[in-house]
Order: sequence, then structure tokens, then C-alpha cells
Amino acid sequence: MDLKELYQDIILEHGKSPRNFGKCEGHSHEAKGYNPLCGDKVHVYLKMNKDQKVEELTFEGSGCAISIASTSIMTELVKGKSFEVAKKIVDDFLSMIKSGSEMKSKDLSEDQKIKIMSLSGVKQYPMRVKCATLSWHTLISAMENKKIEVNTEKID
Amino acid sequence: MNIENIKSQFPIFSKKINGKPLVYLDNSNSSQKPHSVINRLNDFYKNEFSNIGRSIHSLSVNATNKFDETRMSVKNFINANSKDEIIFTKNATESINLVASTFGQKYIKKGDEILITDLEHHSNYVPWHYLRENKGAVIKFAPINDEGDIIISEFEKLITTKTKIIAITHLSNVTGTIVPIKEIIDIAHKKNIPVLVDGCQSAPHIKIDVKDLDCDFYAISCHKVYGPTGVGILYAKQKWLEELPPYIGGGGMISEVKKNEISYAPLPEKYEAGTMPTAEVVAFNESIKFMQSVGIENLVNHEKELTYYALEKLKKINSVNIIGSPKNKASVISFTIKGVHPHDIATILDEDGVAIRAGHHCCQILHQRLNLPATARASFGVYNTKEDIDILCKAVENCRKIFDLK
Repeated sequence: MDLKELYQDIILEHGKSPRNFGKCEGHSHEAKGYNPLCGDKVHVYLKMNKDQKVEELTFEGSGCAISIASTSIMTELVKGKSFEVAKKIVDDFLSMIKSGSEMKSKDLSEDQKIKIMSLSGVKQYPMRVKCATLSWHTLISAMENKKIEVNTEKID
Repeated sequence: MNIENIKSQFPIFSKKINGKPLVYLDNSNSSQKPHSVINRLNDFYKNEFSNIGRSIHSLSVNATNKFDETRMSVKNFINANSKDEIIFTKNATESINLVASTFGQKYIKKGDEILITDLEHHSNYVPWHYLRENKGAVIKFAPINDEGDIIISEFEKLITTKTKIIAITHLSNVTGTIVPIKEIIDIAHKKNIPVLVDGCQSAPHIKIDVKDLDCDFYAISCHKVYGPTGVGILYAKQKWLEELPPYIGGGGMISEVKKNEISYAPLPEKYEAGTMPTAEVVAFNESIKFMQSVGIENLVNHEKELTYYALEKLKKINSVNIIGSPKNKASVISFTIKGVHPHDIATILDEDGVAIRAGHHCCQILHQRLNLPATARASFGVYNTKEDIDILCKAVENCRKIFDLK
């Protein structure tokens, strides 16, 4: 294990200055997520336009560097994508974090792939996987308009 | 006191964590085990195992005697009046649940009040919450000041004619506050209110004398006192154990069973239903012997020295904030580093072999009071050294470096 693989510059930078932080106006979807083990909370806001595309994706919450960076990168990558593509990216990300598979998605640019792969070091730290995945599960919940809070202890 | 000699009694310290010597600072969570305890468990299973109680055969008689020897040692260790006042449970959580459930069943009615404090671990809040849910009891929280001490005058004001029981920790697992339990019990007893003391954190770190404290109930968790998991202790004054109904029903806790009537076993068996963690209870006797071989006074002095050494060193590190500064503090230091989340601190420290805890430490009420979602916590045991603290501080510096803090 190497801390540098976990705390890459890109993660530290996003952790310190998260993108798309705050509540977006006129959001059409939202969901909350909670990690009872550490008390981390996230609230995801999503604005879908008439073409079924994610026009805005923002978040509020508190958490560790991994969790904030992961959420920040997620908002950057998913913004502008269709619902269908967004779901694929989430699935792709979750399987990368859990089983170490490659990002297969053709809908991300090389730059975006590099960004998302910066989170792959997390899989070496089983206790931290949920820090990285909480907001992604919460995004799915928002897209599906489920009204229940995502709880990291109740998902795989 | 020779610390090297003490450390060498704990086999885990010969192991490497991430290639580094283990610096174990998660003692408030659970302590490591000396050879003597591990060997006793092994020996008992290998050469002496039998269930205790009813059997006539020699192995069972021996196991029963050994089990009772631990009960006697616990009685002496905490200075109880009788060994019938010592009940073995699964853990301290079960000990508190036992009291909340049986006391609640008999004495709590709608609108009755239970007084606890902002310092409590979830295990000394949730069991009482059941009485709020099921019986309509009211739970009041005595406040603390910014130092982490209970404000006694405020505490007194919260006692009313409806207060039926007070449940309070002896030592906070977050701020390290040693609560002036004796003073609180005096106040409570003047108003005829029984007091339950959560002694999970105090038992491994300070001298316990239940007779001197005059507490009604005292809960201990054995795995925090260099003992095996799966064993807790409930001390209760005999009159309560006689008065209160049994808790868990089953074999071993009955006297006579008929189709229309059941009578219960005398103390302490009345509260020990089913097969107990026999080997673990037997091995816990070795933990008490270990504590006695070190000497409680030596242990207290050593841990005090470590705590003040660590406090001084940590305070000198920029961006480190120590949580609370109580009048009397035991070997628990919770802290934050401005700009680094406690979970990131724990991961980075672990890389250097330093085991700490990060999170709310099962004290969400206290963290809400402190307005912090989480803290990092270093807690010491008798085997820790100043060198361990030097390594801790170096690892904290490493957090600052990784996060590029000025």
C-alpha cells in the first residue's frame, strides 16, 4: 500500500476545493446519503433538462478528502450526460472501486478517465471504499427519485 | 515499573503492521491481551473444558470452581460486598440493558425521568431510549462545559421528583473526563435516586471501589481490561438484584419449573441464563492478576505521565486541536487537525503502524454538542511508551505534510 496512490494531488485538490458545491436552483431530483460509521453526509441536487440530460449536478455535505473529492469529480463527469449514460458511468465507477476493473465507458474523454482513475487507489483500503462510493449511490437514488436516504451500511 | 517488561508480555507487539512496529493507541476501543490470558484460554479448552453448573463429573466441578474464582477476584478487584453482587454478562452494553430493562419494567411509568449526560456512550443512552419508546419515560441530558466537565449545578437542577434513575459514565471515552461520580452519587442518594455508573473506560485506568462510591450499579467491559471479548460485568447492590425481575430466561437461572409456575435461582445465577462464556470468564481472572501485578497505582501514574507528555507534544503541532481540557483527565486524547478529516488522519497514521480510532466513537450526542462530525482519538494502555507517542506525533506531522498544511 502506498499513501501516495490514495492521496494523489488531484484528490487532495478536489478535496480542498470541491467543484459544484452548493444547492443548485430549480433542481428536479435530489437525494441524501449517510455513512453511519463516520457520520459523513451528502446531499445531491440534480437538474434535468427537457432532453433528459443532466444540466446541473451539485452537492452539499461534509466528509473526508476521499469522499469530497470523489463527489466533486462525479459532478464534473456526469454533468451534461444523458440519464442513461450517467447510470452507466456510475455502474462502471462502482465496479472499478470494488473489483478493480477498468473504466469501460466510451462516454468519457481520456482526461475524464484519468481523473476518475485517480480514485482507484481506494480499493487498496477496504475501510475507505464507502467514503468514495457514498455520493455515487446517492446520485443513483436521486435519479430514481427514491425518497429514502442512502445508508452505506444497507448497500453492498 | 518496567514498561519494556510489560510490553513483552503482549505477543501482538512482536508483529509488524504495514512493515512497522505496532503502536496501538486504540485502547478505549479495546485492549490487547497478555500471554497469560491467551494461554489460559488455550489451556482451559485443551485440558479443563466443561460446561459449568449442573453436571456431577469432575471436569464440570473444576470448571465451576474456576468460574467462581473469577467472580471472587472481580468482587475483590472492585471491592464489592459479596460475590453474589457480581453478574457476568456478554459485555457492558448488556449489563446496562439488563438494568434499564428490569428496573424499567418494575419502576418506570409514563412521564418518569431518567437523567443521563451529554458525555454518554450510545450504550448508556439507547437502552434508556427503549423506556422512552415503550413506557413514555423522559430522558434528560445533563450538560457539559467547553472543557468537557459536567456542570454539577446544572446537573442538580435537572433532578426532579420524577427522576427515577441516574445513569452516568465514570470516564468519557472522548474527552477523557474523569467524572466526580462520588459527588454525584451523594447528590442522588440524598434524594433517594439510584445511580448506574458506566465503568467501561474507568475499569482499565483508575481504581474502582464500589463500596466507597456507594453506586447502585456499575458496568464493566472485560475486553477493555486486558481480558477476552464476550464477557462483561454488572455489579449491583444485592438489594437491587433481589428486588428486580430476571432479565434473560432459560436454563441455569431457574430453581423449579412447573407447567403453571416457575421460580428463579438465587443470586447470582438468577441473572446468568444459558451457557456462559466459560473459558473467557475463567481467563479473565488472569487479566485481573495482570492488573494487580502491575499495581493500579503504578498503572495510573504511568498513564498520567504518558497523557501529559502526549498533550504537550500534540499541542505544539500547528493546526492540531485537542478536544476538551477537563479538570481530571485519563488517558484518552481526542483531536482534530484543521483541514484533515479524522478518517484521513486514521488512514495516514495506520501506514506508520499507528492504530487510532476516527469517527464519533459511539458518542453522537457529545459530537453534536462539540459541533464536530468526527474526531480522531488516541487512547493509551499500560504497555504504551513515550516512544509510541513520539511516533504518533511524527505520523501527525506526516498528515500535515501530505495535506500541505502550513
